[in-house]
Amino acid sequence: MRKLVPALLLLCAWAFASNPRTLAIRNAKIVSVSGPVLSKGTVVVRNGLIEAVGVNAPIPAGAWIIDGEGMTVYPGLIDAFSTIGIPSLAAPPTTAARGGRNQATPAQPAAPTPAPAPATPVAPAKGPEDRPATTSWVLAADEIDPSDRRIESVRSAGFTTTITFPARGIFGGQGSIVDLASEERAGEMVVVPAVGQYVAVSRGGGMFGGFGAGFPNSLMGYIAYIRQTYLDAEHYRLVKEAYAHDPRGMERPQYDRALEGVLASKRILLPANRVVEMDRMLRFAAELGQPAILYGMREAYRPEAAPLVKKYGSPVLVSLHWSEAPHDPDPEAYRTMRSLEDVDQGPAAPGLLQKAGVPFALYSDGLDQPRDLQRAVKKAIDAGLSRQDAVRALTLSPAEIYGVADRLGSIDVGKIANLVVTKGDLFDDHTQIEMIFVDGKQYKPAPEPPAGEGRATTEQPGANQ
Amino acid sequence: MRQSWILALAALAPLNAQPIVIQNATIMTVTSGTLQGSVVIKDGKIADVGEKVMMPQHATIIDAGGQYVIPGIIDCHSHIAVDGNVNEGTVAVSSMVNIKDVINPEDIAIYRALAGGVTTANILHGSANPIGGQTIVLKMRWGKDAQGLIFEGALPGIKFALGENPKRPGNPPGGRFSAQTMPARYPATRMGVEDTIREALNEAKAYKAEWDEYGAKVARGEHAIPPRKDLKLEPLKEVLEGKRYVHAHCYREDEILMLLRVADDYGFKIRTLQHALEAYKVAREIGASGTGVSTFSDWWAFKIEAYDAIPFNAAIMQKNGIVVSLNSDDEELIRHLNTEAAKAMKYGGVSETEALAMVTINPAKQLGIDSRVGSIEVGKDADLAIYDRDPLSDYAKVQKVLIDGQVYFDRDSDVGARPAKALEKQKLIDNEKKSQPKPPAGGRPVE
Repeated sequence: MRKLVPALLLLCAWAFASNPRTLAIRNAKIVSVSGPVLSKGTVVVRNGLIEAVGVNAPIPAGAWIIDGEGMTVYPGLIDAFSTIGIPSLAAPPTTAARGGRNQATPAQPAAPTPAPAPATPVAPAKGPEDRPATTSWVLAADEIDPSDRRIESVRSAGFTTTITFPARGIFGGQGSIVDLASEERAGEMVVVPAVGQYVAVSRGGGMFGGFGAGFPNSLMGYIAYIRQTYLDAEHYRLVKEAYAHDPRGMERPQYDRALEGVLASKRILLPANRVVEMDRMLRFAAELGQPAILYGMREAYRPEAAPLVKKYGSPVLVSLHWSEAPHDPDPEAYRTMRSLEDVDQGPAAPGLLQKAGVPFALYSDGLDQPRDLQRAVKKAIDAGLSRQDAVRALTLSPAEIYGVADRLGSIDVGKIANLVVTKGDLFDDHTQIEMIFVDGKQYKPAPEPPAGEGRATTEQPGANQ
Repeated sequence: MRQSWILALAALAPLNAQPIVIQNATIMTVTSGTLQGSVVIKDGKIADVGEKVMMPQHATIIDAGGQYVIPGIIDCHSHIAVDGNVNEGTVAVSSMVNIKDVINPEDIAIYRALAGGVTTANILHGSANPIGGQTIVLKMRWGKDAQGLIFEGALPGIKFALGENPKRPGNPPGGRFSAQTMPARYPATRMGVEDTIREALNEAKAYKAEWDEYGAKVARGEHAIPPRKDLKLEPLKEVLEGKRYVHAHCYREDEILMLLRVADDYGFKIRTLQHALEAYKVAREIGASGTGVSTFSDWWAFKIEAYDAIPFNAAIMQKNGIVVSLNSDDEELIRHLNTEAAKAMKYGGVSETEALAMVTINPAKQLGIDSRVGSIEVGKDADLAIYDRDPLSDYAKVQKVLIDGQVYFDRDSDVGARPAKALEKQKLIDNEKKSQPKPPAGGRPVE
């Protein structure tokens, strides 16, 4: 017993030390994103929120003090479109995707992940009424698993927040804003449970694909299905309202969870990589009357892209998974001019969107290793995006796009204390991430993976569930 | 490449603004004979045609000495410019899908069709279903976005299909005696194809009645909830109302008669029978129904139902007073529909004008756009193809193609631009090689 007491005391001290309720980082360079850079200042964090920031911000008594001499404090990075936190949706490692022959462009991020196979086989969908590949009622927040290994990995790259989507099927469900804290309970990680409906389409099978399989199996089928769903949702709402007003003598409207999920979504996320797809999806969203965010944007470097997107006023999410030249290509394989341009000019897209004044954010698109993420952002910077705008595209811009700039995205009083502290400029080759704060809790970056490989060794990709 | 395209289009833009005169050409008007003379184009329309024309001021002159001008070719059956699967084959009735939603203006087949003198094409859904998707008529305005290709004002259509293709999904994958992993799709017989069409039309009739009743209630000032809008039945309702053309894929005489009777029963007309290789057997019946036929020149025997074909099919249609066109159904064949027309002269002895009509004014009539295109007449769209020699010759090459008075294909500038394009591409390939990570030293040499 006598030995136990000091041991307990030590334990308490340790717990307290690793996560003090109040802390201050002083003498650091502060990149608030919302305002000018402070070359030397103090950030005070209390109870997970930013309490004060400024050149002479008062440090409360009892606060843990971190000397930030030679360090820079940024807002925590936000991955604007992600599956992190849902381990079953972890993409296969990107190295595998780029290995194959003739693989001139990365795997289509727009291709929907198939919905999980049901326990008992069901008949293939015979039309929109069967609501194929739809789980629109799902919230990512309900599926967050704090044990997802990718959480620590991307946090080590400076990401403190992800907008995580149940990215499967056609209507996958609503995305949630998740703080990448290592919590016991997933609920503590959720900042906003529902921010918009994940929608995906596919080009369908080959010439005779789909014969005998379920509806839809063509791009036009996907579009028709989505259109019918919104028509049905509108009709459903009308009938439900009429029934609520006076049920007497009226046939009871059938409950439809697919339509409930669609009606509950305040915006939709639509895939678009080619300019043709941007045009198609922006038009489609306008027809549906839904506020939309496009994701993918592979051809956003093309001169028609920015003016087109600007005309519709939709924000866009640009994949950091840039097109790459095929590795070990078949010398006989024909390379189209477009695929060469995609590789050559793809990373110029963010800079061009910035110049055109299109609201955009960057997202990881399956990259989950700190070095890959840092290199991918650096490519955009080298292709014309200013460093400052690169930080914004991963902090305040995504916060604005999802309407949460009042709590995330910059270092301002009252906002959530998500911070990255670096030695050197973020996204530089030799920059060291010193510490990360999520909800005011401090994390150290995970040790670097073995040199040369650039990623943690994962014998079984996606085996972390 | 893109930049050079934009420059090229910018250079072409003034052409549209100022009048164009095509001079010294042999002009095959199709509807009013062939003459030596000029075509005057103003504001995208044909302003004058004749041996002697009034020269407008500041006109751009295209000297077509020794060359031939014909109306832009129209293909009544094509599947180019479609993004993704051309079949929504999962359901027997896929009328809810629409080609209009998936136009791909970057399909290189558009440009190649242009280079074959085609200015307009009817883009159809595939033939996997008794009732297929909605169709759209496009002009080959290469370089425009998806909306910019749409033939404004052309009535939309829908694809029907009979015979082997729509009934094939009725056979389970791997054959009838295989382990059935997936349920086969109805129908599996020609009887089933008819039944599927009738069933869908019955549904459409009921649907129409529902909306008519709602319309009447609203007209009486009653407060009513509108019926559910059904994207599958909407286009079929339009078919019943005569607001949408039916283009029916078919081969055999029996199924042709079947479909004509079904249409009769439901009070609408089939606009065109597509392929219809056995149409010559039932020419009288087709003629009596006022249905058009769009067929192949001499392509057959690619499946059992296509065996009983003859190369005289188009000519026999012509002689029976049926509006007949020759189509491509293929992105290679679309590049030489002029020679497809010429085959009708060899087999069936139709005149040069009648042959040309099969790829110009006749498909225009079938698509209901003959007041706009299909012949060289004052007031029509300036959609023209210029050939270096008689377009019905195998040796004829397209020199220029105009749509709405704008040059969209010019053989000389295309050929002239090739070296620069090749250079630009090589530069990108070299760049890419340079930026490739070097293979580790001491690695095995490439075998």
